[in-house]
Amino acid sequence: MSSPQSVAVELVSITKTFGTQLALNALSLSAKPGEMVALLGPSGCGKTTALRSIAGLESVDSGTILIDGEDVTDRSTNKRDIGMVFQSYSLFPHLTAGENVEFGLRMRKVGAAERRKRAAETLAMVGLDRHVDRYAHELSGGQQQRVALARALVTEPRVLLLDEPLSALDAKVRVQLREEIRRIQTQLGITTFFVTHDQEEALAIADRVAVMQKGNIDQIGSPEELYQHPTTPFVAEFIGLSNRLEGVVVGGKVEVLGHTLPLLHPETAPGPVRVLVRPEDVELASAGMPGTVVSSSFLGSFRRTNVLLADGKTIVAVQHSVRDNPQQGESVFLALNGAAVSVVPL
Amino acid sequence: MTAQVSRTDIAPSKPARWLILGIVGLLFAIPIISMIEFTLRAGLAGGYTFSHWTGLFDPANASKYDVLYTGLTNSLVLALVTVAIVLVILLPTMVLVQLKFPAFRRVLEFICIIPITVPAIVLVVGLAPVYSVIAKIFGSGTWTLAFAYGITVLPYAYRTIQSNLGAIDVNVLSEAARSLGASWMSVFWRVLIPNLRRGIMAASFISVAVVLGEFTIASLLSRQNLQTSILLMSQSDPYVAIIIALIALAFVFVLLLVIGWIGSAGKSKRNKSGVTS
Repeated sequence: MSSPQSVAVELVSITKTFGTQLALNALSLSAKPGEMVALLGPSGCGKTTALRSIAGLESVDSGTILIDGEDVTDRSTNKRDIGMVFQSYSLFPHLTAGENVEFGLRMRKVGAAERRKRAAETLAMVGLDRHVDRYAHELSGGQQQRVALARALVTEPRVLLLDEPLSALDAKVRVQLREEIRRIQTQLGITTFFVTHDQEEALAIADRVAVMQKGNIDQIGSPEELYQHPTTPFVAEFIGLSNRLEGVVVGGKVEVLGHTLPLLHPETAPGPVRVLVRPEDVELASAGMPGTVVSSSFLGSFRRTNVLLADGKTIVAVQHSVRDNPQQGESVFLALNGAAVSVVPL
Repeated sequence: MTAQVSRTDIAPSKPARWLILGIVGLLFAIPIISMIEFTLRAGLAGGYTFSHWTGLFDPANASKYDVLYTGLTNSLVLALVTVAIVLVILLPTMVLVQLKFPAFRRVLEFICIIPITVPAIVLVVGLAPVYSVIAKIFGSGTWTLAFAYGITVLPYAYRTIQSNLGAIDVNVLSEAARSLGASWMSVFWRVLIPNLRRGIMAASFISVAVVLGEFTIASLLSRQNLQTSILLMSQSDPYVAIIIALIALAFVFVLLLVIGWIGSAGKSKRNKSGVTS
């Protein structure tokens, strides 16, 4: 399969309402050629509506959608030259895997021999070349989504749209397939939008992640930027796990648990705030804030321990090496590593 | 304390099931056996003969049974037009409602179910003036009865197609096809029709069965179909009338078996798809 020429996609001030509900609120978003952009957010934030608008499955009330600089806002779905993978299994049940993959080529009136050849190549790319003659009900969920991916890619579309394609799969298959999607996307250099509500998935797979809320983008940036430098309280709370501690902003810094920490946004107005401290920014120490271990979980490459502080009401999550294995009820000391933190108004 | 009653506790025992089956079977078998026995009677002289059966298929008697053949032909044409009405009007409407106007699904269901609650004789009272208009436009051919039959088969056709529509995700399949470059026509012919095949077949067969058994509307609107012909025939040759009734019954029975087979084939295919993740 040859690599399609990468194109840029741009959404300019897209608005969409369903009845009285505003689904997209003057949303502007762009993807560079060959880039994978994840749309991440809670349910009802408008991420799927945005994707469906790019696909033409939802008409927009106002705004412009540009693919490769071409205005496709009013173009019907079948003429937008896109490939799409859906959340639910969407293989045509009456067709075999091979015929499913050939479908898009058939619609483009590609000859039978060429169709078969390209379908076989694309199925081989997703590792299912031996399943050409199987029907959807003879394939597992992961295999069905692989076929759906092959079906979406075989026509060499200008844009690939993935609408939570992994959410129906079990954890192990989900991780395998997301890596496979990323490998293929990078190999083909196809501009891709990936909708997910799973932040780990978004951070792991995308070049840039757009965190959405109430029909608009709160912040868009690389996974590292979002995690380390959230620009809004919503992103700070939504991305990653944070301890929510009471503190006070004074002179561009924040005082929390007896420590003074730098702020990610020093322009924050002085006063009481809720401080978001990442578990990896808290350490088990030989001296510091005393506390008692409430619980401790082994999470593979690290361990997360919840510690009840001496005030008897604050519980702080600490991420630490698996070499330390504090037991429930054990007395420990905590220290903050001094990393800059986000705050949200109380 | 609430006693838990499982399904097996209230299910009848095996002998009881056979007894129920025997009684119900007998209830249906007695009239059928009586009909068969009647068609084999030699006449008032007594004794049994196959002459009534063989006579029916004897070309020499063709003119004698003309009324019957006309009725049968009319009913077959009616069945064909009725099925066409179901497939050309009801099916696309249902698909359209499912895809574009889901809010109207209940309204459509209500409209389609209404005919089952209206007795045929009441329907005829309403249809009589309509048919005077239909006669002016389309003539008074028997085939025009199919417009009325299109209404009477609605509840059965709707139910069978709807159960198939509900079993597949029409919206996602259509959207997937559209994203792959299919026009709406291609979506309908290449994706939806093949996946609704079972529902369409069942709706067609059940429509044929209903049309072949219809008497009241044809009789009251003075049209000739199979059932009115059987009545006419019974006045001159009751044996043949009963033979035709038996054959029609057997035909409909086979149709229902085919519908059942189509349904169970669909179920077993779905059951086989137990592969997960």
